[in-house]
Amino acid sequence: MSDTQEYEKAAATSPTTVAAFATHDRSMVKSIQHGLHQTPWMVPAIVLVGSILVFGLVLGQKFFSPFALTLILQQVQIVGILGAAQSLVILTAGIDLSVGAIMVLSSVVMGLFSFRYGLPVEIAVAAGIACGTFCGFINGFLVAVMKLPPFIVTLGMWQIVLATNFLYSANETIRAQDIADQAPLLQFFGNKIAFGGAVFTYGAIFMVLLVLFLAYVLKQTAWGRHVYAVGDDPEAAELSGVQVKRTLISVYMLSGLICAFAGWALIGRIGSVSPTSGQLGNIESITAVVIGGISLFGGRGSIMGMLFGALIVGVFSLGLRLLGADAQWTYLLIGVLIIAAVTVDQWIRKVSV
Amino acid sequence: MEPILKGRNLVKRYGRVVALDNCDFDLHHGEILAVIGDNGAGKSTLIKAVSGAVTPDEGKIWLEGKEVKFHSPLDGRHAGIETVYQTLAMSPALSITDNMFMGRELRKPGFRGSVLRQLDHKAMDAFARDKLNELGLMTIQNINQAVETLSGGQRQGVAVARAAAFGSKVIILDEPTAALGVKESRRVLELILDVRSRGIPIILISHNMPHVFEVADRIHVHRLGKRLCVINPKDYTMSDAVAFMTGAKEPPQEAAAA
Repeated sequence: MSDTQEYEKAAATSPTTVAAFATHDRSMVKSIQHGLHQTPWMVPAIVLVGSILVFGLVLGQKFFSPFALTLILQQVQIVGILGAAQSLVILTAGIDLSVGAIMVLSSVVMGLFSFRYGLPVEIAVAAGIACGTFCGFINGFLVAVMKLPPFIVTLGMWQIVLATNFLYSANETIRAQDIADQAPLLQFFGNKIAFGGAVFTYGAIFMVLLVLFLAYVLKQTAWGRHVYAVGDDPEAAELSGVQVKRTLISVYMLSGLICAFAGWALIGRIGSVSPTSGQLGNIESITAVVIGGISLFGGRGSIMGMLFGALIVGVFSLGLRLLGADAQWTYLLIGVLIIAAVTVDQWIRKVSV
Repeated sequence: MEPILKGRNLVKRYGRVVALDNCDFDLHHGEILAVIGDNGAGKSTLIKAVSGAVTPDEGKIWLEGKEVKFHSPLDGRHAGIETVYQTLAMSPALSITDNMFMGRELRKPGFRGSVLRQLDHKAMDAFARDKLNELGLMTIQNINQAVETLSGGQRQGVAVARAAAFGSKVIILDEPTAALGVKESRRVLELILDVRSRGIPIILISHNMPHVFEVADRIHVHRLGKRLCVINPKDYTMSDAVAFMTGAKEPPQEAAAA
């Protein structure tokens, strides 16, 4: 460059060494903050291990046994599966209040297709899964194409799906005994593998595999990176070449699909098909996601954190029950955890400041 | 010679605001065209119209003589037009590599890429590191650090590196030196000249008149949503250009026709 500006001459003689970050002023707190920024699931993992240790010490064998620990897995399986669906939606800076309702409707469709219409159970299951996916598609279409706020869309869908569920099922329960006799495939996720005192239901195994699979997809595939980009800043994602609408619709459809699987697992868990079950699924799944360190503002967090969040809730409820404490203590502590988790999230965001 | 990128009678309205008012636009092969204009003159809308980020209400755009209709930034990118937006269009929580390859990720060869859809993080990291080194304005230690942990200048450097690495036909830079220091700005200007020497034309939008007059081959003066005139930086001074752009001076008759 021959015609550099006058004021730039000085720059040519300035030091050419690469600026290095000063490392000595990184206090302990700062490095923890940086560590959490890199691995957001650390907090729930630490809390989970800590709470297992504390309850183990207090309760001894009663809690610290393979049976009790796998019982926790069984108890959180539904919330864990719904939480996986919820995580995907929350990563896009949305929220899905209809997960519980879609789960119940899907399970009712599976039950009624085999018992009311006498269809083969495989077809009934496929219909239930299709139903859940379709509900997710409606959510996704309204959010991505009609540009309605996810909170409003899924609040409406929650009511619509739940009402459809009651109208369609006429509020009738299909008894567990009938299902076991005539359509055992519906209870597939209730099957158990036991070794030693540990009991793993297929549903609990499915939950873990699902979370591992989604963790792979989110981290290792282009689609997964796009989910994060859309949640982070949709305009930037659009400008840098992400098909935002398609990504959003696919996320809500996948969420609906997972909810349908949760519905199938729900039949395995409670044995029967009941239109009144799983009513708190949406709130419980959001709780797991938030305690798991996934940001409600989108684009941050990992789905493993959600699994830890769900397990924390499970450990607290079982541990406190075994201690003979009032169940309200569980809710109180979970409330504290939620607020603490969001506080930590806000703190981690300030990492660069 | 036919311009590589040509726009005619472009109109874009936002409600009652007319951002582009029958605007014409020409970019010739291998040149650096600067677009200058007062704030709100419609410069950004103009470049968004030719990059695909907004669809003009009226008017036509030709790329290499063929009419094109872009409905999304992705269309523009597929056609070989790469843009650095003023907002930089980066996802703050994602890494530098993720941002550089957003929407054009590399997959691993063989089974893991085609069936498992696994991304080739290693190849992407190496490529990103290479491009940033080429730009030379990076002091980044970790290519996987989140973009939000970078300074404003570093972010802008990543955005410019992304455009320079992937733009094949036209590169558009909207205020590429706004957040940069003196030295970093110099690197970006050198990069711009380097890109031109590879035969790729550049549209440069800038408020920095010394920079514009230094690198531009022609200057498109934008005023009130229209192309007021196109001037040769060798024939006019910076204060002339500012006078045209603010309306203090009438544009030269022969230049307006060019």
